[in-house]
Amino acid sequence: MTATVTETERRTEAAQTGAGQAERTARLARVLLPLAFGVLALIAWDLIVRINDIPHYILPGPLLVIETLIADWHTLYPSLLVTIQITLMALAVAVAGGVTLAILFTQSKWIELSFFPYAVILQVTPIVAIAPLILIYVDSTHAALLICAWIVAFFPILSNTTLGLNSADHNLINLFQLYGASRWQLLWHLRLPAAMPYFLGGLKIAGGLALIGAIVAEFAAGTAGTESGLAYRILEAGYRLNIPRMFASLILISLTGIVIFLFFTFLSHMVLRKWHESAMKREN
Amino acid sequence: MLQVPANSGDAVAGGRPLVTLRHVDKTFSNGTVALKDLNLTVGEHEFISLLGPSGCGKSTALRLMAGLGDVTGGRIDWHGSGGGAAADREIGFVFQEPTLMPWATVFKNVYLPLRLAGISKADAAPRVAEAVAMVGLNGFENAYPRELSGGMKMRVSIARALVTKPRVLLMDEPFAALDEITRFKLNNDLLDLWKDQSWTVIFVTHSVYESVYLSNRIVVMAARPGRVVAEMDVDAPYPRHEDYRTSPTYNDHCRAVSEQLHRAMEAGGA
Repeated sequence: MTATVTETERRTEAAQTGAGQAERTARLARVLLPLAFGVLALIAWDLIVRINDIPHYILPGPLLVIETLIADWHTLYPSLLVTIQITLMALAVAVAGGVTLAILFTQSKWIELSFFPYAVILQVTPIVAIAPLILIYVDSTHAALLICAWIVAFFPILSNTTLGLNSADHNLINLFQLYGASRWQLLWHLRLPAAMPYFLGGLKIAGGLALIGAIVAEFAAGTAGTESGLAYRILEAGYRLNIPRMFASLILISLTGIVIFLFFTFLSHMVLRKWHESAMKREN
Repeated sequence: MLQVPANSGDAVAGGRPLVTLRHVDKTFSNGTVALKDLNLTVGEHEFISLLGPSGCGKSTALRLMAGLGDVTGGRIDWHGSGGGAAADREIGFVFQEPTLMPWATVFKNVYLPLRLAGISKADAAPRVAEAVAMVGLNGFENAYPRELSGGMKMRVSIARALVTKPRVLLMDEPFAALDEITRFKLNNDLLDLWKDQSWTVIFVTHSVYESVYLSNRIVVMAARPGRVVAEMDVDAPYPRHEDYRTSPTYNDHCRAVSEQLHRAMEAGGA
């Protein structure tokens, strides 16, 4: 075909000029509206504490919490690092294990039939209930915490990646077969790229869950733990009725969760922005 | 127009026979009889259309020829070099949908068959560029499928099928989802490509007009069970252009093929 592509075949670009203004307003609103609500809530919190004269060992005001966060930073910061370390390590093991098992599942129906029910059982068993057992059976508290966080983070990675690997276009699979693709080529060039959006979705969920798993396990380990993560700080502050420090620890945990979520959202966007609908702006 | 009785098997309008289907049966695992005693011979350099109502097994026949799935009965023989045409990279296949990898650029999509054959990117680059140029998509190598129109995606799909320089191109209703203007243009471009390359095209369609415009022979199929009910030669000379579409010859052929198709549908109980 020597013919070149005509204008009628070419997708016409949406007119940019008029849409630009509305888009800027929308982007500004997306930042300003939640910010305004947050500031109002903080003011309300502060006023309630002041007007009712609530003692700080029941409900500290937001300013006191910030003050405590700064004053106790030398204690809280090492705890934050411990919690982050356990979360990230558990997540890394969950990704490696989940993806590997998902690949094995797609390679052999027998493996999937044998193992999948147990993956589900692992998922539906409340981690709070089994964490004490794990702490008994595993000598190292650190390892026990890791296992707990891993159990929670593992399943979304496994189930999402399995779904993704199986969702490759059947005609593309036919095409690969037609050109004599090996099992490995099919996996590498077709199944894995097709699974990417699903995997990244699972990663976003697993990131938050790993943090929750780590915190829950630390709670279960309680003061017996030699590790001193943020959950331990919360327990400790509770015994001492140091409520402002409890709030300060809580804020650090929330911030960690938010940063993990934002990071994976950003990662997902960067990986998918060229081709996947989820990372696209709608053009109308 | 010469009308050949159905199931003649050996009648070949082109050169030497390229592929022969003898008494081919195909029954799916759910019990559906897709093809029953299908006989067909396609000659080299032919542009042959398989025409029939939906459910007549024309796509199934095409997929069997490509080696996607096994026949339940009968046999499919490829003549000439190599037995398994698919394995020898001798066939190209174009699906009804463009069937592109959305995460890969036009270049990478067209490169795929060569990549699977273990050809390095550097060695493949000139061949990919040639195939992309053949379908008129120069300059779009780095575009992603979502940035292309439906017609352009189908061009990429055709380039991917042509990049291995196949002896035969199998096309499964490739333009059915496109608008008429784009379809006419792709019809013309496909004919240009075919005349230049003089390979064989086996083209599945449900459009009488498209089959008469493109092919030198039309195989009319009937449903329940899928079988060949008539074979008709379209003796209008190539190259064919837009003026052929409005010519009396074209109209006569269309009428004759339509009649055969109606008869086939009555026979098929549709």
